[in-house]
Amino acid sequence: MNSLRFKIIKDKVFEIFVIFLSFLSVVPLFIILFQIFIKGIKVINFEFFVSLPSPPGEKGGGILNALTGTLILILISLILSIPFGVMIGIFLAEFKNRFTDLLKDFVNILQSLPSIVMGILAYIWVVKPVGHFSALSGGVALSLMMLPLIIKSTEETLKMIPFTLKEASFALGASYVSTLWRVILPASAGGILSGVLIGVSRIAGETAPLLFTAFGNPFVNLNPLKPVESLPLLIFKYAMSPYENWQQIAWGGSLVLICIVLFFNIGLKFLVEKWIQKS
Amino acid sequence: MKKDKLFFSVLWITGFLFVFLFILIFFSLLKESFLSIKSFGISFLTSSEWDPVAEKFGMLPFLVGTLFTSFLSLLISLPFSMAIALFLGEYFKTGSISKILSYATDLLAGIPSVIYGFWGIYLLVPIIRKLEMKIGVPPYGVGILTASLVLSVMIIPYASSIAREIIKLVPQDLVEAGYSLGSTRYEVIKKIIIPYSFSGIFAGILLSFGRAFGETMAVTMVIGNYNFLPKSIFSPGNTMASVIANEFTEATKDIHLSSLIHIGLWLFVITFFINYLGNLVIKKYKVK
Repeated sequence: MNSLRFKIIKDKVFEIFVIFLSFLSVVPLFIILFQIFIKGIKVINFEFFVSLPSPPGEKGGGILNALTGTLILILISLILSIPFGVMIGIFLAEFKNRFTDLLKDFVNILQSLPSIVMGILAYIWVVKPVGHFSALSGGVALSLMMLPLIIKSTEETLKMIPFTLKEASFALGASYVSTLWRVILPASAGGILSGVLIGVSRIAGETAPLLFTAFGNPFVNLNPLKPVESLPLLIFKYAMSPYENWQQIAWGGSLVLICIVLFFNIGLKFLVEKWIQKS
Repeated sequence: MKKDKLFFSVLWITGFLFVFLFILIFFSLLKESFLSIKSFGISFLTSSEWDPVAEKFGMLPFLVGTLFTSFLSLLISLPFSMAIALFLGEYFKTGSISKILSYATDLLAGIPSVIYGFWGIYLLVPIIRKLEMKIGVPPYGVGILTASLVLSVMIIPYASSIAREIIKLVPQDLVEAGYSLGSTRYEVIKKIIIPYSFSGIFAGILLSFGRAFGETMAVTMVIGNYNFLPKSIFSPGNTMASVIANEFTEATKDIHLSSLIHIGLWLFVITFFINYLGNLVIKKYKVK
């Protein structure tokens, strides 16, 4: 009997251990969110969103240049990665052979390459030939990170479309191209969009590939061939600076960045759930 | 139909373009690091001297720093990520409490790396500094240990989500057979679930190792930017990714830039193989 009791106690202890460690590992999340909220909220007001960073030592200042820069970078990377990514996603969903297996491996590997390598590539491909840093090169680096996510979400969504839907279209005498345009893509738009949102929430916080591509810019710039600031880049520079007011801006910027990322995360869950309910 | 044929051939072409892109990535890195490869040859890997002024470059300190931080962070995060995987994959598969936990780990994965770094500077560095003063080592605050701690928090969601998926693939009959023989949950986990999913979990660990290997920003901010071999876990250091982040824009000499890209090439090659291997094991596991 003793050994049975020992068994049960061991089981309970292990269970408590698992529960304890699980909750302990999300403690950092709450510490991070709490600290950033407390320190960031002090800095944030309307002024913060519409003004440029102040010089060291002066109070106030905002992140307008970083917000516009991040927006431009995201737009460029979307324009570059969506058409290519969706096409490859369709290819992987419609064909299955050795070549597509190889492609899938490459997509997986591209997704897990270090982001700094993407920065080096954009530097080699865009910055070096052009001769200076630019928003375009930053967009190229980010689109390389975005591409695998779009490919995967397109492929997975297309595979979930019921085959009867396609058959119905073919039975009406529709060609593959018009079936794709009129039936498959409209039915899978929600899934593809959710992949795009995952991508945006991921690249919105990327810093490493922008260090030597988008480079940063203390002013608002809308020209894609000139350097731009980005929110994470600004946080990095100002967090590492010795100036008190710049660190304040970094805290405010962190709160804004976290809000953007959470917004996309939550918006995404909502969208996916709605889309699954529909189909 | 003509249009369809055209469309399919366009699909094939984009497929080939993607493979071409991959080959282009490798050759671009190779071409740009050629100057460094030619000048230093194999000694680039074995030399621990990194001196931009004397134009002598060897990446051993960064390789050691990267391996050091990745292994340490893996070691720290392993109990936590396995606990989450068991919690969500076996103990509480459904219900609101598991939803909250899985949502929290998702958010943990979504926090940008630069914010982890910022948090590391303001919360972790002072704590580590106090610890270092207590045990009598130079109180840098920044260094291998600090970077590993930040990294371990960052890879927990990654490792746990792979392990959880693998644990869920364990056939239910096996688990139930275990229970019907009178095993406790602990015994089922130890004797059935873990052995059955071992190779998959191992692949998950390998993939998170690859993740830690290439992580840049958070590490750059808390590792101390020190271009020599790290002597202990309290010593500052540099990883392959962080040295690129730190020095790329400052590199004015061609050979310096080429050496940094050379490090990037190795980063590419090493993460390529880690991920190829990890994905291979997981794919085999899913077929089984």
